[in-house]
Amino acid sequence: MSKATRSRAWVIARTDLSQLRQSRDFWLPMLILAALFFVVIPGLLLLMLTSLANLETAEQLGQVVDTIGGEVSKSAEEASTEPGVQAAYVLAVYLVAPLAIIIPLTVSTAVGSNTIIGERERGTGEFLAHSPASEREIFFGKLIASLLPGYATAVVGFALYSLVVNLIVGPKVGGWFFPTPTWWVFFICVLPPFIALGLAIILNISARVSSAAAAQQASSLVTLPLILLAYSITGSALSTTAWTSVVLGVVGWGIAIFALRRGVSAVRRERLLGLGS
Amino acid sequence: MASLVAPVTSPTVTSLPIVELRGVRRSFRDLVAVDDLTLRVAPGQVTILLGPNGAGKTTVVRLVTGALPPNQGTVSVFGRDPSGPDGGDVRVRTGVVPAKPALYDRLSGERNLRYAAELFGVADDQIGDRIREAARRFGIDHALDQRVGGFSTGMKARLALARAVLHDPDLLLLDEPTAGLDPESARAVLALIDEMAEGGKAVLMCTHLLMEAEGLADEIVVMDHGRALVAGSPDALTEQYWDQTMVVVDATDRSALDQLRELSYVRSYERNGAAMVEVEHLDQVPDLVDTLVRAGVRLLRVEPHTPSLEELYFAIREQAE
Repeated sequence: MSKATRSRAWVIARTDLSQLRQSRDFWLPMLILAALFFVVIPGLLLLMLTSLANLETAEQLGQVVDTIGGEVSKSAEEASTEPGVQAAYVLAVYLVAPLAIIIPLTVSTAVGSNTIIGERERGTGEFLAHSPASEREIFFGKLIASLLPGYATAVVGFALYSLVVNLIVGPKVGGWFFPTPTWWVFFICVLPPFIALGLAIILNISARVSSAAAAQQASSLVTLPLILLAYSITGSALSTTAWTSVVLGVVGWGIAIFALRRGVSAVRRERLLGLGS
Repeated sequence: MASLVAPVTSPTVTSLPIVELRGVRRSFRDLVAVDDLTLRVAPGQVTILLGPNGAGKTTVVRLVTGALPPNQGTVSVFGRDPSGPDGGDVRVRTGVVPAKPALYDRLSGERNLRYAAELFGVADDQIGDRIREAARRFGIDHALDQRVGGFSTGMKARLALARAVLHDPDLLLLDEPTAGLDPESARAVLALIDEMAEGGKAVLMCTHLLMEAEGLADEIVVMDHGRALVAGSPDALTEQYWDQTMVVVDATDRSALDQLRELSYVRSYERNGAAMVEVEHLDQVPDLVDTLVRAGVRLLRVEPHTPSLEELYFAIREQAE
């Protein structure tokens, strides 16, 4: 990508982000969603599990942890001997993990689904179509503008989540333990390609459909399978070795690059003008 | 529409054209928006595309910037194909004022202009000055910090104009630029066009408002159903298509002018304010004046009527049909 392309893509992204910042009605619900899933719900669940007074319930949870087996049970047993704490550990490290993909993906797709079709619906697509920005620059500008809010949500949410986990579960397992090494690898290797993949598909749709409503409908259809995929990927990435995450990341980037290329070709000036959906 | 009227070649097009369309056709499924259009716009020339809504004028603007590729024919702007790989080089030298302002309502006026300046490659150290200069020129400098969503229609149009000239384009394309504007804003548009042409830039303006094309055009292309019915300078078109001998007559008592209907050499008479009288020959005008004076009518004005663009337009369309 040339310097001029990077520069124009960044100009487009920055303008989109400025507009997003002005849309309180958009980012406030997203902020609440992220706060709920990264802080409030995990915090309440972990508090509940770590302070279980009922021995019978704690033992039942311990049996559930044993049933999971493999790397998950092993690490939980290493962390603590108390069934309630083991359950909290499993919840913190494994069960809430898919949210690290789902929440940023939700935020990014909400931005991305409207970003190209939005230009068209507001009539500003005409300005972009007559501008010197190439289709590739427009696509990457929109991609960055959608990716950054999602990834920023993931980073901030992950930091807050780590804090909640360490403050609640940490004292019971002998100190701060989160993020675990597999989480770091997962966060750096697996998360970015899967958000990029999701966004490439969403932007492709946003460039092709004829209305924002249609874009949102189609995006929902795409997001649901992506959420299921996120669950299975996070499950396998975190419950096995770090190498699994690296392999998943490489495969993810391969698919994402293919999808991004397809996405670039979906942006056409006549579509920005509202023609040729 | 019946057969195409033979185009008039304008003597003003002598230098190498900035815009050249040859036999261009563009359709959208079954709808032919532009058909076999040939057009040249030279530097320092104002070319006006005149025609009713749906004539294909907006499509021409989009073809010129490369936003739409032609289905047939060639489009060359600054010697390049705007819809090809060099399209960015064409667009960076072109300013467009679209029919709708296409502004970002959530951003301030300043942020809208800055966005355009950055996209069109204005040097960072010049952006601030260019924004202030363009805003001052179109009288929106006081509102630059406000969100565009709160702007009036006129202010939005002025901002769109400022944005179009911010990067000092060599070619300005205006699509119905004065539609819905207040008189002051409309005047600003027309002044801009004049100034651009004087500075050696090329201007292509689409309009269906004949009044705004009056006095501006070096070249007029009358379009309908995607085709150019005629093209030429206003003088050349008048000579070719205006064969009427009209006289404007005004008097203190206008109703007294109605007696002109009875004169044998008066071919048509219409009074809506002053009277518009068509005679067989202009040398019959002294006799017409004599008749009125003898009838005691106090005349205020008698002058030959040169056709307005509107009249010329309808004369052309009538002959084309």
